[in-house]
Amino acid sequence: MSDDLVTLSVDGVEVSVPKGTLVVDAAKKIGNDIPVFCYHPKLEPVGMCRMCLVEIGLPMRDRATGEPLLNEDGTPQINFGRGLQTGCTVQVSPGMVVRTKTDPVEQARADVIEFLLTSHPLDCPICDKGGECPLQNLTMRHGRGNSRMVFADKLHMEKHVPLGDLIFLDRERCIQCARCVRFQDEVAGDPVIGFHNRGRHLEIATLSEPGFDSYWSGNTTDICPVGALTTADFRFGARPWELTPVATLSPHCPSGSNMTVSTRREAKAGGRSVIKRVMPRQHEAVNEIWISDKDRFVHHFAESADRLTQPLVRKNGKLVAASWTEALDVVAGKLQQAGTAVAGVSGDRLSNEDLFLFQELFRKGLKSNNLDLANGRLAGGDIVAQVGISSGSNLKDLGKGDVVVVVASDLHEEVPVWWLRLKQAAERGAAIVTLNVRGTRLDKYAKHALRYVPGEAVATLRQLVNQSKVETDGQSDDPIAAAAATVGSAGNLVAFYGAEGLTYDETESVAKLLANLLLLKNGDGHAGKKNNGLIPVWPHNNTQGAWDMGIHPSFAPGYKALPEAGLDAHAMYEGAASGTVKALYVLGADPIGDGLMDGRGKLDFLVVQEMFLTATAAAADVVLPAQSWVEREGTFTNAERRVQRYYPAITPVGDSRADWQILAQVGERVGLGKPALAASLVFRDVVKAVKQYKGMDYRSLAKYEKQWPDVGGDDLYYGGNAYENRSGLGQQWVAAAESGKVGMFEVAETAVKSSPGLKLVRTAALYTPGTLISHSAALLGPRMAQPTLSLSTADARKVGVADGNRVEVTANGMTMTATARVGDAPDGVALISGVAYVPGTAVVQIRKLQEEKVA
Amino acid sequence: MAHILLRHRDVENIHQLDVYRQHQGYEALQKVLGMEPAAVTNIVRDSGLRGRGGAGFPTGMKWGFIPKGAGEKYVVINSDESEMGTFKDRELLERNPHQVIEGALIAAYAIGAKQIYNYCRGEFMDAGYAFEQALKDCYANGLLGENILGSGFSCDFSMYFGAGAYICGEETALLNSLMGNLGQPWSKPPFPAVEGLYARPTVVNNTETLANVPPIILNGAEWYKQFGTDRSPGPKIVCLSGHVNKPGNYEIIMGMTYRELIYSEAYGGGISNGKAFKAMLPSGGSGPVVVEDALDAPMTYEGLTPFGSVMGSASVVIMDETVDMVWMAMKCVHFFHHESCGKCTPCREGTYWMEKLLKRIYKGQGTQEDLQTLRSVASNIGGRTLCALGDFAINPVLSTFRHFPQEYEAKIKPAAAVNGQGKKQTAVPVAAD
Repeated sequence: MSDDLVTLSVDGVEVSVPKGTLVVDAAKKIGNDIPVFCYHPKLEPVGMCRMCLVEIGLPMRDRATGEPLLNEDGTPQINFGRGLQTGCTVQVSPGMVVRTKTDPVEQARADVIEFLLTSHPLDCPICDKGGECPLQNLTMRHGRGNSRMVFADKLHMEKHVPLGDLIFLDRERCIQCARCVRFQDEVAGDPVIGFHNRGRHLEIATLSEPGFDSYWSGNTTDICPVGALTTADFRFGARPWELTPVATLSPHCPSGSNMTVSTRREAKAGGRSVIKRVMPRQHEAVNEIWISDKDRFVHHFAESADRLTQPLVRKNGKLVAASWTEALDVVAGKLQQAGTAVAGVSGDRLSNEDLFLFQELFRKGLKSNNLDLANGRLAGGDIVAQVGISSGSNLKDLGKGDVVVVVASDLHEEVPVWWLRLKQAAERGAAIVTLNVRGTRLDKYAKHALRYVPGEAVATLRQLVNQSKVETDGQSDDPIAAAAATVGSAGNLVAFYGAEGLTYDETESVAKLLANLLLLKNGDGHAGKKNNGLIPVWPHNNTQGAWDMGIHPSFAPGYKALPEAGLDAHAMYEGAASGTVKALYVLGADPIGDGLMDGRGKLDFLVVQEMFLTATAAAADVVLPAQSWVEREGTFTNAERRVQRYYPAITPVGDSRADWQILAQVGERVGLGKPALAASLVFRDVVKAVKQYKGMDYRSLAKYEKQWPDVGGDDLYYGGNAYENRSGLGQQWVAAAESGKVGMFEVAETAVKSSPGLKLVRTAALYTPGTLISHSAALLGPRMAQPTLSLSTADARKVGVADGNRVEVTANGMTMTATARVGDAPDGVALISGVAYVPGTAVVQIRKLQEEKVA
Repeated sequence: MAHILLRHRDVENIHQLDVYRQHQGYEALQKVLGMEPAAVTNIVRDSGLRGRGGAGFPTGMKWGFIPKGAGEKYVVINSDESEMGTFKDRELLERNPHQVIEGALIAAYAIGAKQIYNYCRGEFMDAGYAFEQALKDCYANGLLGENILGSGFSCDFSMYFGAGAYICGEETALLNSLMGNLGQPWSKPPFPAVEGLYARPTVVNNTETLANVPPIILNGAEWYKQFGTDRSPGPKIVCLSGHVNKPGNYEIIMGMTYRELIYSEAYGGGISNGKAFKAMLPSGGSGPVVVEDALDAPMTYEGLTPFGSVMGSASVVIMDETVDMVWMAMKCVHFFHHESCGKCTPCREGTYWMEKLLKRIYKGQGTQEDLQTLRSVASNIGGRTLCALGDFAINPVLSTFRHFPQEYEAKIKPAAAVNGQGKKQTAVPVAAD
């Protein structure tokens, strides 16, 4: 037996657990549920609620000799001398004997329940938690069924205390377990709520403006063991037992966060099944049991009144309702008419099945490689296929000795779950190296926070990569050399890269340089090893899948290079303007609204497949109404290349159809044969075409196993209400470096272009307006990111702008208005946030606007 | 005999640095600065000095728990004197501050700390300011700061005023408060000696404890052990209050009886107004009440064990025959309910509940059922709380039940009257004697 294992007995059952394990967890391993309220396996133990009191005995030793004392029958003498102890704060030790079912223990549990209920309002019949409430369940299991507290002696407190726009507190129901306070402090790193006052008047209070200002606030409602914290979205919305949980995935971010949508059929919705809430679903290798508030609250777009419900065809200059048959016939006919001047752009939030059929339509049906992501701001999918993070990796495994490099990305705003997990890795001892044009929140946890001048990202990264190959003692005054020494000594090495302030070509160079860093470490590369590799900070939930499916002018599905590349999106938009592109198919994207395309230009035909009448759709000849992700099934591939399933949850809106169905029906009309009848069958074709997906099918993706910590299920009190994962953990596809040698990448030396003038860099904000969030915005309203331009104090003085001024910002031919913030940017850089997209680092003109007179 | 701790009673103006120094002040510090730190700890350990905050933990052993080696360590003085009837540290801070400072510096030297904090009860403004003045004088005269007395030893000393919470006298709550956190205790381990202030090894000593250190260093452990008993050596300041003719602080040698303390002309001078003694709280509100039979017990850490009580911080509150014991228990429970930090369930909920019950009983609206519930609630708190406050809160209740059950019974209304108020009566009432 390993030295690190400790053997103890719990109610006579022997169990061996790692050193440092707490008594409650050791018991849990053998199915012995010691009841808890304040304890949560993801939080530090505090021993506050006293529910887990158990008898803990230790083997006695002779004081003089140190020898174990034995009973007459040879068994060790056990000393239970210290009375009842909290199982959540005591670590196991060899020979420990734990008793969890004795009279004193049962008595203590009943007494603690009685104490808790003296102040509790017992308003279970109107409580959102009723039915899935740890306090209710443990009262049924361990309580006496009555209270000696005279009801009139109860303390009454406020029941509707907003901690912000999203989370409400019921002070009476709160049992002061501090799970929420501790979560915000320990896990989220946003200590914006705390206790106020003392004794029975102890009260959760928000310390931030706006209230409860954190991207993680919703998680506190999951782990709250009573109905004290509820979301504005769900409170008084439904009873838990009326809800049907359906497994789904984040429709927003490339982490592939596992979630559950709880649905209910409602009369007021015409008997349709509607979303009542979204909660995390456990996946310890992806999002553990946490989701960001964006994932939790930005789902209302699916049921928005603005959804398109039937196909629209332009007649006499106006979009009018049409039948599917008519619309599909027009689309197929017009696309074929355009001949080689046909082109397609796609968004990257659609499923693999959708994107694969889009690709089939163009390459096989229309014989065109003019296929690209509508807003491809980040390159390197093909490089990720070579050296992407190895399958079986888990960011949770990173710790002391390991290094994470993050280039040109603000993970807190782009992929909050990764930010959370890297923060935790840093707390476990991993070294984080950030390389950015400006400071980001991750810098606080970084060992080295490096900066580059706009336009010099590639040159700076090259320095870091080259120097990390050199053996050094790690001591250097030069920040790059010091960071390189850290990187060079990495045990495991994971590299993230984003696009902040970079052109598409620059992101490709960054990806290649990081790939080289992973491939070469003193002759022994990181790439291909578990917990090592490259992770792209893709802009959307299925950008990875789009690359895999060949939504690219130069790659067929599975990264097969094409002999002849098609037009990229930029060329298509130019072609539309000049007339060389005649027909354009826009799938789940809004290039006009995002400012990428200046109207429909000289296009003969524009078809848009969308949920909403976006700016692009409004300019289209045919608009095909698509279903949202919760109305149909499919697969997304996250940026760690994990292919995961999601399932239909609500009744489809109007006559909308799943994207893959629409594309199959267009495909049929251009000669691609009978359409597949189910997403699972389309996925079979995907697997045939994408060699990396070999061995996957809908059944294998749905496989799951018990995860630790053990949350959800009957014992929901143990970890909170996060859903246990019974719908699939997905499968990661194997990067090339895992199975064979991968050569180094050539990265051409480019002269650093240093042009004078202020450079504009677009920075990410989680709640930046976009098609999905803008149709879910009511709840997040005050938190939505507004266009903001940040300037250094010196630069602001130069352009004559003061904090709070309205300004007009012009760069790369795009003009935006924003509010100026002074003091929050490095010199020479103007940071713009709250806007859709600005490529690269363009020279910017800033003009102060006269204050508009309010009538 | 001259005072060892309350030296200002013998030496006028000893709060002034020059006066203190004229009377061997800082000679103990001078002495230890030439010694091995471990040897200093050994002297204190050999002296048998025990913590004067009430728990009586051996001081030298506490210092010995601090890991050797580099890194920040802290000495924190617990001057958050908030126990009912306790006012000894206040007098030391105000009138003999340098002896406390010197003791703390010796502790800092012994454990290798470079920073001392005095966590002072917020209401002790005058005492606190007097102490701060003493600190300023030390800084001005090379007794604090860099290179103290030219020895190479450097140590800073800061004053911190609490915000009025009894619980912050509990060492981990004190440390939390000192760090700017909510004043709540944490579940030990980690003990402060391992992870205390800012997660660094920390010694937390009571003010009076540290005042004992300079004389021990100057005169040696053997000298110190001649005072008191084997297990409770040395002098102790007793805070005598309540129905006695001469309340106040008295420095006694441990082993003296409570009877002598109360009745001797040198101390309490007897019960006031010629009334008879009824009961005594030997340790403020937090220790069980004792009656006449305990008066011949010695004032030592073990002396009251046979009587189910403790000496604690030696805050002796005397009650004469006129005191209503239910009222007394109610007042104490009110205090503990008000001061319960709310962190752990039994104390937070139980003190609230006990106060409700006691108020009802005291007003004559209680029932036999309430009496039973009160005893049961008190027992259910006992031994199940995170810190000792819960156990303190039940002492006045359970000890008055033990010694004065008839006073509770006398307040219970007959069943008919209670039923008349519409309350369900489930137990048969017992008529008062």
